[in-house]
Amino acid sequence: MDGDHACCEGALAAGARFAAGYPITPSTEVVERFAQRVPVVGGCFIQMEDELAASIALQGGVWAGAKAFTVTSGPGFSLMMEHIGYAVMTETPCVFVDVQRGGPSTGLPTLPAQADMMQARWGSHGDYEIIALVPNSPQECFDLTIQAFNFSEEFRVPVMFMMDEVVGHMTEKVVIPPADQIEVTPRKHTHKSVEDYLAYGTNGDMVPEMVHAGEGYKFHVTGLTHDERGYPNMTPKVQHKLVNRLVDKIRSAEDRICLYEEDSTDDADVVVVSYGITSRVAQRAIDMARADGLRVGKLRLITAWPFPAKKIKELATHVKAFVMPELNLGQMVRELERAAGGKAKTLLVPHAGGSVHQPEEILAAIQEAVR
Amino acid sequence: MTTLINPTPVPAPGNPVEPFLRSDRMPHIWCPGCGIGTTVNCFAQALIESKINLKTLALVSGIGCTGRVAGYVKLDSFHTTHGRAIPFATGMKMANPNLNVVVYSGDGDLSAIGGNHLIHAARRNVDLKVICVNNLIYAMTGGQTAPTTPGHATTSTSPYGTFEPAFNLPHLVEAAGAVYVARWTTFHVKQLARSIAEAFNKKGFSFIEVISPCPTLYQRRNKLGDGLDTMKYYKEKSKTKHGCPTSELGLTLSGEIIVGKFVDRDRPDYGSLLKAQMHESLGDKYVDYDEEQGYACGEDGGCEEDSCH
Repeated sequence: MDGDHACCEGALAAGARFAAGYPITPSTEVVERFAQRVPVVGGCFIQMEDELAASIALQGGVWAGAKAFTVTSGPGFSLMMEHIGYAVMTETPCVFVDVQRGGPSTGLPTLPAQADMMQARWGSHGDYEIIALVPNSPQECFDLTIQAFNFSEEFRVPVMFMMDEVVGHMTEKVVIPPADQIEVTPRKHTHKSVEDYLAYGTNGDMVPEMVHAGEGYKFHVTGLTHDERGYPNMTPKVQHKLVNRLVDKIRSAEDRICLYEEDSTDDADVVVVSYGITSRVAQRAIDMARADGLRVGKLRLITAWPFPAKKIKELATHVKAFVMPELNLGQMVRELERAAGGKAKTLLVPHAGGSVHQPEEILAAIQEAVR
Repeated sequence: MTTLINPTPVPAPGNPVEPFLRSDRMPHIWCPGCGIGTTVNCFAQALIESKINLKTLALVSGIGCTGRVAGYVKLDSFHTTHGRAIPFATGMKMANPNLNVVVYSGDGDLSAIGGNHLIHAARRNVDLKVICVNNLIYAMTGGQTAPTTPGHATTSTSPYGTFEPAFNLPHLVEAAGAVYVARWTTFHVKQLARSIAEAFNKKGFSFIEVISPCPTLYQRRNKLGDGLDTMKYYKEKSKTKHGCPTSELGLTLSGEIIVGKFVDRDRPDYGSLLKAQMHESLGDKYVDYDEEQGYACGEDGGCEEDSCH
């Protein structure tokens, strides 16, 4: 099964029964499969007139009770930024899948890149936090799509699922466990009565409880700055309280959200930090360097946002340098540098996209770093 | 000695539409003479008249003066992004077809930035009731030219007069596929309420345009008087022509306004087409999600079964 199809199966396994999409290479296979599969499991798919519509239709679906997602690639992702902001502000749990291709603009429709990583974090206006996961195999496209939905439900936040063209089109064995072995986070639905319920009341927990249209709560949802009732209240005081909570609900849970794979970092001189498809090329370079007797550790980011700064800070105290290959000209490496705080060197192995790195390019950087 | 009997207190006659409004959000933001409040009154009257189940009624707005309606009605109400009320509402209707979904927004929101969504929802015949308050201008942002602004009108971005041809909205949505199309002004309160109630009984994409004054930015700048003068204009210059070809409904700065019900036809709506196609192609394998009610609540969801839909 390829990564695009595995992502679709992951969404179905996570309980997604509604998707709104707009065709775009190299992501379309996800919704093509969804359109084929969902009518037999009880749900529906709609192909909207553009990505602006797709990215808000899915949120209408969520407020009507569904788990929902949309799928796109760079140019469509740009159009969806408006509604990533809306999902953040209204705390609509949903998943945006971006199968990254080369940009800017139409760029390389059929070829890989990892150049939307900063856009995933900062693309919509205003101050906010989101969660972004980066799979590096079709198996992870399945597993982590479920994780993406679970995070989105737990924190009521849009989760960016940052695939790339190679991971999306790569075919590998994907093990789909029996349904009862798949952990699915249910919607954080309120148990409160209509009289006691406050749409954005938090009761100390930073994530409010949700209700759906048609349940009798007569609640209000707005993209404007709002108080606990969900009513517009455009004062600096309410803005301060709301935006800080939206950010803090993610930041305070960073330890749980930041997933990574770590190998031999304890006695490493150099740690290669990578993510997505690039981590598989990096693995080859790490193996080559180790065969040459170099002490090289590996840190593979599974969660890109929030960035695992704490982990990097800790590693920076005992490694000489970090090497970071990316299919862009330096995006996540800025975070790496910031987190390393000058305690360890950071070396970027840039690549403008269109193919993956050659392992030798990463190896050369490792060799330079140990020097 | 006489015994005084306490009379049963007679409740003060309340405003009949008050139960439909979020009184705790008053006063509203609309200017004196603005027509949007009048349309909300008509909408509430239509809710009373049609005896529609309020529990399953959701209202979706975009951005702008009319976009604020969602914040004042005591319903499940969603104030979305600029131009996107229709696709949001489409998603709601698809995920839970048992909801009655009303889109309530302005001319700029629905026909400019949201124009693409408007025609596609009409083409699909999504079962939405669209109420479009047309004040012929962008009001919230200070009176700029809209796609509906008639020729020669002065606006803040057309200081020397508008020269762009304007959209004739009933004509546009009829061509795109709407099954119910009507137009009234804020002078025609009874007719408007009746039209809205009628649209509730219609399955498919319904579009009601309400011509409404913006005394602050449109009437004042074009020396058309105040709110009351505009009512007089609507009264004198409106002509009811039910069934009038929508191609004849273009508006001018101070000319005739043709009002009435222009389109009332039947065509299967999106949801019915979807189900029919799935049944035809998949037979017994098709799982009718709306009867399943499987995913509206998580397994730990707090809602009781009867309150789900």
